[in-house]
Amino acid sequence: MAKEDYKGIWVFAEQQNGKLNNTVLEILAKAQELKAHTGEEITAVLLGKDVSSLVQTLFEYGADEVILAEDPALEQYSARPYQEALTQLAEKYKPSILLYGATSLGRDLAPRMMISLKTGLTADAIDLGFDKDDVFYQTTPAYGGSILAHIVILEKRPQMATVRPMMFDPMEPKTGAKGKLITEKVNVKPDPDVEVLETLPKEDTGDAIEGAAVIVSGGRGIKSEEDLAQLKKLADLLDGKLASSRPLVDIGWLPHEKQIGQSGTTVKPKYIINVGISGSVQYQVGMQNSGCIISINHTKGAPIFDISHYGAVADYKTVIPALIEEIEKRKAE
Amino acid sequence: MKILVFVKQVPDTDDVKLDPKTGNIMREGVESKLNPLDANAIEAAVQLKEKYGATVCAISMGPPQAEDVLKKALALGCDEAYLLSDRAFGGADTLATAYALSMAARKIGDYDLLIFGRHAVDGDTAQTGPATAAFLDLPQITLACSMDVQDGYVICDRALEDCVQKVKVKMPAVVTVTAEINEPRYAKPINIMKALKKPRTVWTADDLGADKEQTGIKGSPSSTKEVLEPPKRNTNTKYFEGKPEEIAAQIADMLHEERLI
Repeated sequence: MAKEDYKGIWVFAEQQNGKLNNTVLEILAKAQELKAHTGEEITAVLLGKDVSSLVQTLFEYGADEVILAEDPALEQYSARPYQEALTQLAEKYKPSILLYGATSLGRDLAPRMMISLKTGLTADAIDLGFDKDDVFYQTTPAYGGSILAHIVILEKRPQMATVRPMMFDPMEPKTGAKGKLITEKVNVKPDPDVEVLETLPKEDTGDAIEGAAVIVSGGRGIKSEEDLAQLKKLADLLDGKLASSRPLVDIGWLPHEKQIGQSGTTVKPKYIINVGISGSVQYQVGMQNSGCIISINHTKGAPIFDISHYGAVADYKTVIPALIEEIEKRKAE
Repeated sequence: MKILVFVKQVPDTDDVKLDPKTGNIMREGVESKLNPLDANAIEAAVQLKEKYGATVCAISMGPPQAEDVLKKALALGCDEAYLLSDRAFGGADTLATAYALSMAARKIGDYDLLIFGRHAVDGDTAQTGPATAAFLDLPQITLACSMDVQDGYVICDRALEDCVQKVKVKMPAVVTVTAEINEPRYAKPINIMKALKKPRTVWTADDLGADKEQTGIKGSPSSTKEVLEPPKRNTNTKYFEGKPEEIAAQIADMLHEERLI
């Protein structure tokens, strides 16, 4: 079949326990741009059991069409039954593009789909678009984020990618939006070789950087754990959370949960204060959508300033204690 | 028990630069190293071997110099090493890579457990492990932060976004591990010496009986069309200047205006 015969932009509508992953809504928003370019319809593909209540949400957030396949074997996510179900649907409808959230679930499933459909899969795309040759590309950071690559899938279809969470804003939902619902029957069985023994919610230490409104983040420039404690103090004064770029996690001063960036967490706080962070792309992609970016670095040409709303070219060792003192003084007043 | 560990040689740098003239990646003067998470994968395999007894085979695909990471794997406790090296493997994306790795696994045969690092630091796709599992139609456990085996099952904790999931999967199975799973050991000099005596095999595409339409560039649906420096943005950064106290006061003013203090 010629690649031109594959039509449609598909978004895998990841849900767990009847709750849609927010990344689905983000990708649906981005898919509007792709649709504006190709004119192809946007289809959300929803797998699960008793999940039909999510269909309306998908329409309201930009899906033209929803393919709903429910089966007891799809109640909880499991790699092989999901792979089987989605493969049957993709082979039947032959979409031109198939996108997944780059979540733990999406990155578990999508590589298996690559084998089923013998096509390309771009990992963890931070942007999608069409280039000057009208070719669909996916942007990914490579080599630790020091470069960006435009990946293309020229001949095989569907063109697949996992898309990093928090890169796009969901659309304003259109209440009462209507779309086309297609109910499909898939032929799947539960995987007898896989058993989930237990699921423990992560302990909420109250320290999570995901979802924090204010973040103070330290980088390679931070010279001692005492200095890091100062950043924690500043974060506390602002009711914020302490985070970091990779070097401080690598040397063991902070746990991996605190790491912003390509190999850590993507954050989108209202305010982020970067201290001693030069701003590799790897770091930037993890925080560039923050509301207000303030950066303190002693190197004038540090890339972090390129994305900062406010900057200070200065030694943090003098500025941070002065700032803490100033804030304490004003709070006391 | 037979454990296969898949390892990759990666550039020893975070800071790859582009040649301003050609737009190609400048590799000159960049050393290579074992992908850090693959050290965790090796450690996980060797710990199982020490606990229950196992043969651990390290497998890598790459140019002849990728032999270095296999020597390291042997020094860290692996028993045998296999290098998949052939021009026909060159330029492989994750589909073609997983195909070649799965063919090597089939040729070695009788495997119980295939262990991968969660991702490699160069491409950072985290796709090769699950893709290899799919080629072999094996179940998988991605993002394992602990691992043990029991009565033909592998049991892992998976660190997911908002929970820790304990899963039990029948072997043979594929597991991809995170950095939290263990602290990789250092290779002792004596083990580095001993490693030189351990068996190392080099396989070509023909040795694997691989279909060359499915290896290397030919077998890779995805390709890099363009490599770019990160875009410079123009945010009109407003700079605070002056003595530290003056800078602090300006930042505090701004935070005050934003109602943060």
